[in-house]
Amino acid sequence: MRNAFSAEVTRLGAEDPRIVLLSGDIGNKLFDKFKDGCPGRFLNCGVAEANMMGVAAGLALNGLRPFVYTITPFTTTRCLEQIRVDACYHRAPVVIVGTGSGLSYAELGPTHHSCEDLAILRSLPEMTVFAPCDATELRLGIQAALRHDGPVYMRIGKKGEPQIHAALAELQFGRAITVRPGAQVCLLSTGTIMAEVLGAADRLAEAGISARVESFHTVKPLDTARLAEVFAGCAVVATVEEHSRIGGLGGAVAEWLAPRFPREPCRFLSFGVDDVFMHEVGSQDYARRRFGLTAQSIADGVQKAWAECTAG
Amino acid sequence: MTALADFPTLDLVARKIRARTVATSQRTGTPHLGSCLSCIDILTVLYFHELRLDPARPEDPERDRFILSKGHAAPALFQVLALRGLFPEGWLDNYGEDGSLFGEHPPVPGHVPGIEAATGSLGHGLPLGLGMALSARILGRGHRVFVLLSDGECNEGSVWEAAMLAGAQKLDQVTVIVDYNKWQATGRSNEVLALAPLADKWRAFGWDATEVDGHDLRALAAAVAPARPSTGRPRAIVAHTVKGKGVSFMEDDNNWHYRIPTVDEVRAAREELGVPA
Repeated sequence: MRNAFSAEVTRLGAEDPRIVLLSGDIGNKLFDKFKDGCPGRFLNCGVAEANMMGVAAGLALNGLRPFVYTITPFTTTRCLEQIRVDACYHRAPVVIVGTGSGLSYAELGPTHHSCEDLAILRSLPEMTVFAPCDATELRLGIQAALRHDGPVYMRIGKKGEPQIHAALAELQFGRAITVRPGAQVCLLSTGTIMAEVLGAADRLAEAGISARVESFHTVKPLDTARLAEVFAGCAVVATVEEHSRIGGLGGAVAEWLAPRFPREPCRFLSFGVDDVFMHEVGSQDYARRRFGLTAQSIADGVQKAWAECTAG
Repeated sequence: MTALADFPTLDLVARKIRARTVATSQRTGTPHLGSCLSCIDILTVLYFHELRLDPARPEDPERDRFILSKGHAAPALFQVLALRGLFPEGWLDNYGEDGSLFGEHPPVPGHVPGIEAATGSLGHGLPLGLGMALSARILGRGHRVFVLLSDGECNEGSVWEAAMLAGAQKLDQVTVIVDYNKWQATGRSNEVLALAPLADKWRAFGWDATEVDGHDLRALAAAVAPARPSTGRPRAIVAHTVKGKGVSFMEDDNNWHYRIPTVDEVRAAREELGVPA
């Protein structure tokens, strides 16, 4: 996914002289083509993220379109005040890119995990929060960010994530994408966990349950029209995210749902990371298994809720 | 820009701004008077002598940028901008009232002409200023960027992150002025953290640094003039100032970080400043 980011920002940077790329001393080889194609517009700001975010806002306030790139905790919580004041309060069109988000860097330990970023960043006024499921959504999201007049947080994976969309013509922030139609239950996914979600839908189909799958690539603004549609039509709706169950997509949907309850009588489930730090090392797959974020665990949970719904 | 005013006139302007700032503090209950008074000579020299700025075109892309990183001195800056003609002085009539744009800190750009950044949380102005300077480099613009820091603000790590980037990027269009009044909110700035030697710190980060009397208008004007030929290094001016400068009973008394003057104190201050109501 980071390669797709680099390729797209390099392609667009060649056309759009406003694009500036700021890196917190990472991506040594990754951005060589950008440096060649966009001379003077790559800034290695060093391991100094608070300053980097302020610099980006200053660039944006003077007509440029900066992308700030580093590992997710360092481009989000490390410099949260600069994001809040310099980017959001000033409504500066800074694109904040968190690479290796969620549990992508599971093996590096909790210093490099980011399971709180969606919750924190979506609470900031003016902020758009975008978590693409694959390289295609990412490319289209970068284009959407350049059309958007305000800060955007872009939560991406590392490399080797499976491609989800065969073809996708356009993407608008706040407009969910139906990845698979279905009638009885609905899985709302954000970010790179989508492959597991589609696997869960496959398993549900084998059990005779028709599962719709939606890519909620934008956690803020939330596609409330799509929520109304799926909650009206499906008996079980579940959010899935590689993020804490506190405050991410599940939290956002729960906030929308609460005042509508019990008018929306269907069952709502939220799959995400437990409210703990993972002290043991392990791969991303290990971490997903540990937190029940596998196709099988998701399918099992939804099937159980479906059985409870239909039993009554 | 050619000098707008001779030094006796600049002195009168500074005294006027001090008197208005003191009176507004009393009228509106706005604090940080000591912090405002310490930097008014600096603001006067910048706005009435050095900054390339057309009050009729406050958004001219070629304007010099000024960021009041010590945003709590906004009460002084608002008076400066009004007197400089960025907006009508009558705008300040509702200062501090519910719904007013004018309070303790600058609002975001687009509300008050001349305000480049909403500051108030310390340590933000220099990174923002570097972004503006880098934008000038990328866009081929010739403007300069001035950032006014407080000495207490130099506690913030982001100031020194920015200092290192400016040094690395050779941003010689950036000038930092530190309002070194030797106080921060609760104590002496050299005792709260190890601030001294301040000018040497900037030099160690790759900057040219000079020290001036921050109330000597001529010395300030010389210090902020563009270097010719350019040095390839950003510039830090450590301006030695007195908190509460210009009003004898406020000078170097840190109670005036938060205290609001009485009507009688405003009258006494105006008389001392030679700007009676």
